[in-house]
Amino acid sequence: MSATTVGPATTVDVPMVLAEQVTKSFGSNEVLKGITLEVKRGEVMCLVGPSGSGKSTFLRCINHLEVLSAGRLSVDGELIGYRESNGKLYEMAPKEASKQRRDIGMVFQRFNLFPHMTALQNVMEAPLRVKGLPKAKVESTARDLLARVGLADRADYYPAHLSGGQQQRVAIARALAMEPKLMLFDEPTSALDPELVGEVLDVMKGLAKEGMTMIVVTHEMGFAREVADSLVFMDAGVVVESGLPSEVLANPRHARTQAFLSKVL
Amino acid sequence: MSTTHPSGPAAGSTPPPRDAVSTSEPIKAIRLRHPWRVVFAVLLMAIFALFVIDAAFRPAYDWPAVGKYLFDRRISMAALVTIQLTVFSMVIAIILGVILAVMRLSPNPVVKSVAWFYLWIFRGTPVYVQLTIWGLISLIYTSIDIGIPFMDPWVSFSTNAALNTFTLAIIGLALNEAAYMAEIVRAGLLSVDKGQEEASIALGMSWSQTMTRVILPQSMRVIIPPTGNEVISMLKTTSLVTAVPFSLELFTRSRDISAETFNPIPLLIVASIWYLFFTSILMVGQYFLEKRFSRGVGDRQTDKSDPAPSTGAITGVVPVIGSGQPTVVLPPKTDAPGTTGDGGAR
Repeated sequence: MSATTVGPATTVDVPMVLAEQVTKSFGSNEVLKGITLEVKRGEVMCLVGPSGSGKSTFLRCINHLEVLSAGRLSVDGELIGYRESNGKLYEMAPKEASKQRRDIGMVFQRFNLFPHMTALQNVMEAPLRVKGLPKAKVESTARDLLARVGLADRADYYPAHLSGGQQQRVAIARALAMEPKLMLFDEPTSALDPELVGEVLDVMKGLAKEGMTMIVVTHEMGFAREVADSLVFMDAGVVVESGLPSEVLANPRHARTQAFLSKVL
Repeated sequence: MSTTHPSGPAAGSTPPPRDAVSTSEPIKAIRLRHPWRVVFAVLLMAIFALFVIDAAFRPAYDWPAVGKYLFDRRISMAALVTIQLTVFSMVIAIILGVILAVMRLSPNPVVKSVAWFYLWIFRGTPVYVQLTIWGLISLIYTSIDIGIPFMDPWVSFSTNAALNTFTLAIIGLALNEAAYMAEIVRAGLLSVDKGQEEASIALGMSWSQTMTRVILPQSMRVIIPPTGNEVISMLKTTSLVTAVPFSLELFTRSRDISAETFNPIPLLIVASIWYLFFTSILMVGQYFLEKRFSRGVGDRQTDKSDPAPSTGAITGVVPVIGSGQPTVVLPPKTDAPGTTGDGGAR
């Protein structure tokens, strides 16, 4: 399992994620007010900010779980959710959109494991059904992935019989099984008991070390400081401040960043 | 902090040391007596016994006749027909119900309204009336034509020839039941957490894969108990197909026999015994189906191996009489030693 999947269209200059003036409204409620940012290949970006600031919505826009209201968003140089030809945008058919999502792994706050499948079946499901790979191969890969997140001995357990930390690690293995080029983490440790947070962060650290491109919405400032290459502070749907984690955390320039960090640090 | 005992201002109440709790004697106390429980139990049993003894000797029940007709060939054939009616109409109703449920959840307003209209009609009129109308269908539509509308049909056959009363009975029962099944299936689909759909979509699964692999299997847990009730209810509703009129099922058949013998009571008992026999089998079947579909939330650790020695917790499904849903006991959260990280990042 190598974390760095190099596609054929790869050029060094194309950023993994490029967001330009991304805007999202739910009815009259504008949640994202023009987010512009760039995530380079192999970069780990942490998105922090108060709840309701639009971090999760932005993350969900990246794999088209939410449809943008305005702006452009592309992953690995490919526009998300739309095809562009002759200067016109065409909405993608569900089939095309799901093809794009295969390359983008997502880990949810509430794990969202399939409760009627064992840990192993959870990891095997997508490669088996979506990619149509042979079962023997999928199973050995899945067992390797479970071993990698430290759960080789829990392969035949149902999610209800696993702790929150173990469930989240299975969820990470499940996302990795599709060999994504980008991993999105939506508050992966927020639903965990404090003593289980470490084991999940350890797995994520390992991933980052192997060069996986990651966007992590988190409240774990220790993780951000140690692992992230960049830190973005969002509030009320805009990017307030961004930069090196050490700098932003130590010397926040903006008053809102200061106020937020003084509460969470 | 948490290891010290909370020492409140009440100086006299020193909590006992922890070890003392586990080694202390089990409580020995005189049990509280419940005399009224005994009285009522004896009273009820006495009334029941009186009824049974009385019924055994009452000539109107005519038990010898019950014994004679219970395994009468006409009755057992009619029982088989009742089973056929139940199975065929339930299968059609479930398939149609799933389609209607998905239609009701469709984003297309026309599709949604059509499903709503169907439910409105078929739930809003009595099944007996519907069955009667199906019986008269050949008066309304004298022939079934296949072809392009307003042009000469390619094939045409008479409704009376194409649809016998057995088929009409099944159509009538199935179409009525589909409306109820649609609501049960819809409730089941809606009961599955939205996160499940999102997780499947995020993995690149298609809509149909999400439905068949993720949503439907999970909604089964909610769908099966009421569906079991519907099957039992359908078994009994088949006695109404005399409205079509179809007369070969259990109830109508026993009425017909008793019309010859002028002895209706024993044949009604015979029919009731057969209905009870079938519903009892269905209830057992439902119990095992529910167990099967509570996988992952219920009692079973794994399908194959290793019954989780490290957990040591008691888990299980406790069937509660009178409630459709099994009560689920989940194990406490435990973590195997060695897999827990040090949490050093924080």
